[in-house]
Amino acid sequence: MKLSGAQMLCECLVREGVVEIFGFPGGTVLPLYDVWPQYPQLRHVLVRHEQGAAHMADGYARATGRVGVCVATSGPGACNLVTGIATAHMDSSPVVAITGQVVRSLIGKDGFQECDITGITLPITKYNYLVLKAADIPRVVKEAFHIARTGRPGPVLIDIPRDVFTEEAEYDYPDSVDLPGYKPTLTGHPTQIRKAASLINQSLRPVIIVGHGVVISRAYTELRDLAEKAQAPVTPTLLGISSFPGSHVLSLGMLGMHGTYQANRAVTDADLIIGLGMRFDDRATGKVSEFAPKAKIIHIDIDPAEIGKNVRVDVPIVGDVAAVLRALNGEVQQGRHTEWLAQIDDWRESHASDVVPDSEKLLPQQVVSKLYEVTRGEATIVTGVGQNQMWAARFYRYDRSDAFISSGGLGTMGFELPAGIGVKMGRPQDAVWCVCGDGGFQMTMEELAVAVQEKVAIKVAILNNGFLGMVRQWQDLFFGKRFVATPLLGPDFVKIAEAYGILGLRATRPSEVGPAIERAMEHDGPVVVDFAIQPEENVYPMVPPGGSIGEMLEAPQPVRSRSSARGHRA
Amino acid sequence: MNAQKHTVTALVEDKPGVLNRIASLFRRRGFNIESIVVGHSEVPDLSRLTLVMGGDEAAVEQVTKQLYKLIDVVKVSDITSDDMVARELALVKVRAPSSARGEIIQLADIFRANIVDVAPEALILEVTGDEEKIGALLELLRPFGIVEVMRSGRVALARA
Repeated sequence: MKLSGAQMLCECLVREGVVEIFGFPGGTVLPLYDVWPQYPQLRHVLVRHEQGAAHMADGYARATGRVGVCVATSGPGACNLVTGIATAHMDSSPVVAITGQVVRSLIGKDGFQECDITGITLPITKYNYLVLKAADIPRVVKEAFHIARTGRPGPVLIDIPRDVFTEEAEYDYPDSVDLPGYKPTLTGHPTQIRKAASLINQSLRPVIIVGHGVVISRAYTELRDLAEKAQAPVTPTLLGISSFPGSHVLSLGMLGMHGTYQANRAVTDADLIIGLGMRFDDRATGKVSEFAPKAKIIHIDIDPAEIGKNVRVDVPIVGDVAAVLRALNGEVQQGRHTEWLAQIDDWRESHASDVVPDSEKLLPQQVVSKLYEVTRGEATIVTGVGQNQMWAARFYRYDRSDAFISSGGLGTMGFELPAGIGVKMGRPQDAVWCVCGDGGFQMTMEELAVAVQEKVAIKVAILNNGFLGMVRQWQDLFFGKRFVATPLLGPDFVKIAEAYGILGLRATRPSEVGPAIERAMEHDGPVVVDFAIQPEENVYPMVPPGGSIGEMLEAPQPVRSRSSARGHRA
Repeated sequence: MNAQKHTVTALVEDKPGVLNRIASLFRRRGFNIESIVVGHSEVPDLSRLTLVMGGDEAAVEQVTKQLYKLIDVVKVSDITSDDMVARELALVKVRAPSSARGEIIQLADIFRANIVDVAPEALILEVTGDEEKIGALLELLRPFGIVEVMRSGRVALARA
């Protein structure tokens, strides 16, 4: 069957089970847009900026475990995808980005809207392609989807010149891929697994650190089995959040720069670290030479290059976390670490990190914990980067798996709204709350139009402190309170919402928070809630940059009472 | 043979951009590469490369793993501690007026170098061997006046 390159691409996307495509048209992709109507199974979502398309595809991918697809035209369109592709790359998210390119005869001639997008994205994609003949499209698409979603997932970019979209060739979709250099290891080596089990069985003070790999591998049950059997407490990295129930008695809360006191102390005092699907990122380890100084380290990850990259490892195991844990759990004996767990409880009690302060003024911790109460912990929370992200990570209790989606590695402001739209489209039944700062929201708020046009009922909570809050916090603590370029004049976000035809709400006092969230939940459609929070609130504990995670700055102590953030513990 | 230096060979798919991917990886991760040589291998569509790098075991292990991670890289071997054959090729253009020519030709003979170009005032010598041998020849030629040198970088194979 002879088809045009554009038709072939659509046939391939249908074969790969793609439904939503996030994109923005332009000159070089016009032949592709021209054939969309022939493929009603493909739903094109028109974004307002290509960065939004990449984040939506990323959010969609993280929410569904399927490959997210975005499309942009050549030159500026492709360049605008870059931040989103880099975000997906750092967080191992399966995205296929399709870009138009100038016609073949103009490549290398600096043609109108030409840019070397395969060159630009080389270090931020798992792989990329420049397709120079239409006949290659089926093989390339098959490979791209395979590479994006298998092994350690990641973004793949396919760059297609305009005249390749219109060129006709024989269409035949391959059944398999032939990639001799790409064979991810899935099952762990039995000898290594035995060694790991033996370390676990001998350990007196074990700690399990879980990362995004546990979420990607959907290894929730296996993780829980390991933790309960070994009686080892569990601390997630930022992206490991919601892979282990937050109210489980073995849950320590988050690790790292803004981790809980007990998590950071437990890792520092542990005699065994079991790292699962994580990469010992500097935000999690703090000063790496002082990280877990008393511990042996077991590192289980699907990417061999992560092993030994940042910390020395005693027992490396390369493989899919779920598969490795199934084998490992069979060799782990029932542990009892009464003293160790009592020590941890003691830290938890004496240095309560996750207590919501009582205050007449509206505090962000109150907003997030009220969000938890009203949504009964059943929402999916999507954040960008900064204080808002840390509060969302720490003060919502994630008992559901895979309910926290955030830009971790790249730390991208403005990720939350477009990613949230992608999440909601991937999981229409979920309540999806984008937790934003007023700074991050202003970076991508144009995508509100997409929520309206595509009827995506996301809820947006803006923690509005009139500052670029995390930068302000660093200036406050480490730059002599010189607040340079962090006070931020914002628009009236309620009016912004209304201008888009969206319900806009505002809460300025603690008593208004619950009703505003309830109202937002009841409303059938997108909602923006502007929470006017106390501008000077900082995130604590905090490990100063470059410091050891065992040494934290804790909140200056006014009277603090315990409340909802940790109520019932299992 | 300098113990600090590692010789790594790799089989890579012969695709556009593969060398760019490898070079980009080294630049981005700050790996210090002394030389890299690529050419066709015995297998159609696969190229073999030899790279020489300094650094400790951990650095070499990271390079190996990061190379493996590239989709186009099929196989990577650190053959430093293996029994291997390693050679480098150099072309040396040396000033050679008739008064000095005899002596230069003698040196070339001793080093089993070929004279591949003769001009009125200069010769081009082709020499292969390990880096030390080439370095020694260059030292001996220096007094005559070396005009240009092109060294290939090391190519290596593990012995059978």
